Amino acid sequence: MSIMQDSREATMEGRRTDGTPIRRPLSPHLQVYDMMQLTSALSIASRITGVIWSVGMVILVWWLVATATGPGAYGAVSWFLSSWLGVLGMVGLTAAAWYHTLNGVRHLAWDAGYGYDLPTTYKSGRAVLVATAVMTVLTWLVAIIAWAS
Amino acid sequence: MATFTLPKNSTIQQGKSYKAEPGAKNVKSFRIYRFDPDSGENPRTDTFEIDLDKCGPMVLDAIIKIKNEVDSTLTFRRSCREGICGSCSMNIDGLNTLACLKPIEDVKGDVKISPLPHLPVVKDLVPDLSQLYAQLRSIEPWLKSDTPPPPDAERRQSKEERAKLDGMWECILCFCCSTACPSYWWNGDRYLGPAVLLQAYRWIADSRDEATGARLDDLQDPFRLYRCHTIMNCARTCPKGLNPAAAIGKIKQMLVERET
Repeated sequence: MSIMQDSREATMEGRRTDGTPIRRPLSPHLQVYDMMQLTSALSIASRITGVIWSVGMVILVWWLVATATGPGAYGAVSWFLSSWLGVLGMVGLTAAAWYHTLNGVRHLAWDAGYGYDLPTTYKSGRAVLVATAVMTVLTWLVAIIAWAS
Repeated sequence: MATFTLPKNSTIQQGKSYKAEPGAKNVKSFRIYRFDPDSGENPRTDTFEIDLDKCGPMVLDAIIKIKNEVDSTLTFRRSCREGICGSCSMNIDGLNTLACLKPIEDVKGDVKISPLPHLPVVKDLVPDLSQLYAQLRSIEPWLKSDTPPPPDAERRQSKEERAKLDGMWECILCFCCSTACPSYWWNGDRYLGPAVLLQAYRWIADSRDEATGARLDDLQDPFRLYRCHTIMNCARTCPKGLNPAAAIGKIKQMLVERET
């Protein structure tokens, strides 16, 4: 039982023509709205990547704990992380971290009072998407080069 | 709490279908949300085929034609038919806009029409806006000043002071923006939403208003103002090309600046 009732509850009560009470339907929202428009799509992506990044931190801790435990545990984690599924997950994590960071910079600019007009919002949004791809590839290039040498 | 699905009494059924008259060459289908409180049934989607050669250019022209010629029970709000009264706001083709300003030819495929999102439906395309009006009332959208106006004269503003109200006085309170905002869908009981916050800033920014401090005090609240997460759906959907998100940003900045 929630303590605070939704104040909109009162407007859900209607009447038929004959005066009998009826509960009004709620008009469709996610069911009809264009959620793939850049504005809301990037916004929800920001939240999702934030959650993914948090999960990624748990994986990092798992890896660190395994490192401290001993060669057996470390080997098991390393085997998983270097499997194709592990690598795919790590690439995804890198992309999520970059997207969340870069979109965070976009939010910082908004909070400082810049970039609210619609053309700029669209430009900065597309820039974040492109920059996420570029930075993810760069991060992995650097990692692979460092690994190989 | 955010509920992403529709309640049981709100799910939408397949409705009736009305064919275009034979011989019509330029046919377009309009799929319109219908709800009749007297029927005891769930909402449904009716499909109307319209001959565009015998119809005006805007979506409003089409639904008026349907009401006149096909189904006179189709219920919607409309008045000025030129984007200044704000009555015919509805969801068309996935975005909120005014039916009178939306050209039919801008819609690819069938024209899908439903009421403004996440509101109680009175009938067909008529939602209950009383929560939004109550929230507008709560920000006291009128001039508040302890200083009496000069005798037999208006309160004067410089051109610069007046220019600060541009982009806000044009709002016609159609509530396309508020009902396009996911944050308002989930938190509309306590979050004021873009339309009302734009009006709040309209009075904060008015050089003649002397209640700026009290107005900012009222908005300094985790829900009333700070449920805005800069999603920007409001600016994207505004049929008047206004930017409520920018106004909300300015309120947030003023709240920060007065702390320093």
